[in-house]
Amino acid sequence: MREIEAAQITEVVERLCVEANEHLPEDVKCAIRDCRAREDGTIAQGVLDDIIENFEIADRECVPVCQDTGMACIFLEIGQDVHITGGDLTEAVDEGVRRGYERGYLRKSVVKDPVRRGNTGDNTPAMLYTEIVPGEQIRITAGPKGFGSENMSAIRMFKPSAGLQGIKDFILETVEAAGPNPCPPMVVGVGIGGTFDKAALLAKKALMRPLDSSHEDPFYAELEEEMLEKINRLGIGPQGFGGRTTAIGLNIETLPTHIAGMPCAINISCHVTRHKTEVI
Amino acid sequence: MERQVTLPLTEALARSLRAGDRVLVTGTIYTSRDAGHKRMCETLAKGEPLPFDPRDATIYYVGPTPAKPGQVIGSAGPTTSGRMDAYAPTLMSVGARGMIGKGARLPEVVDAMKKYGGVYFGAVGGAGALLARCIKKCELVAYGDLGAEALRKLYVEDMPLVVVIDSEGRNLYEEGRAAYLKERDA
Repeated sequence: MREIEAAQITEVVERLCVEANEHLPEDVKCAIRDCRAREDGTIAQGVLDDIIENFEIADRECVPVCQDTGMACIFLEIGQDVHITGGDLTEAVDEGVRRGYERGYLRKSVVKDPVRRGNTGDNTPAMLYTEIVPGEQIRITAGPKGFGSENMSAIRMFKPSAGLQGIKDFILETVEAAGPNPCPPMVVGVGIGGTFDKAALLAKKALMRPLDSSHEDPFYAELEEEMLEKINRLGIGPQGFGGRTTAIGLNIETLPTHIAGMPCAINISCHVTRHKTEVI
Repeated sequence: MERQVTLPLTEALARSLRAGDRVLVTGTIYTSRDAGHKRMCETLAKGEPLPFDPRDATIYYVGPTPAKPGQVIGSAGPTTSGRMDAYAPTLMSVGARGMIGKGARLPEVVDAMKKYGGVYFGAVGGAGALLARCIKKCELVAYGDLGAEALRKLYVEDMPLVVVIDSEGRNLYEEGRAAYLKERDA
């Protein structure tokens, strides 16, 4: 049994919220640069050049890459041999978000009620995802999620008879419908299997996975490559102005599911796909 | 390559811009997004004047991050314009002519643009740090209670934009993609 102070979790969440918003992960930067090298149209190249210059400014000057500094999605993988002391876990995470969004001059984009609106003023509550895992550490990931892209996401409960083709068509249909809205080039997170809610969670987790990684099952690893290629044949292009680069990455996460179903969720993200992890 | 455009956006200037034009915009623009648009349209519905003169005005759909000490404004890239579609024709009916944002617009908005001589400019979504550099002045005009969504007056210099939909209804999202696919598959 290891004791971890709630205050330590607050500190890490605060730091991760700021750093994730100011510095894109290396794999995302690499993917954007690779796409720029392959792009040929003048407008498309110009857009990708601006995108590269933008994340370089953010890196250098420590300012947010994008003004939509997102809802703070916080993933905690908590070792089962950890005992959290000195405070409430949810409050500790929210306090980290509150401090990070204040200290980092990040935008407060959360409303307290989905229908009646009204800004909470401090970007809380965090969207908190906890998982109990073996061990005595806590792995904390902050993934601020913007809503221009979140709004273009979709979920469908397929009949098993729809098969692989059903999923392929759904991915292309969703990207097509998203068009220029989610600030392409986008990152596409796909969750297949589980239940209605688990499929959506898988799709979000897929966005946290590095773009230079693949699904461990070669069947899905090939599907990731095939669908990225197909998306990039749609011609939507950077910002929707036409071009080769519609997506810089596509990750799939899967789970077993029920004999009667084949849930599939697609979480759309943009070229500002941010996440940063720390282990305590 | 880029054409210099100096605001205000008169009807003659607006009607001279074509979808696909890359422009560098200089002049005064106003910021507004979801909650601000709702409030402006409620104000007009009551027959009251807007907190700024909408004639030949350009509205930037943006909710910036707070300015750090020494900054004019924080990161300030465009938000998805489609959420303002319900309000844009009303604002054009009182003289607002330019819109800066990203993403698709409804046919009703395009119809209003043709009727009143409006232009829809695209800024690079997600390039908030880069776009903030063109913003030289920022002052609060109204709706301060809306925080990031407040109505602000900005002075921009050489703001890099692309004409996405012009006053004849031509649309770069359709034409740019079609041109790319045609060339690729030729």
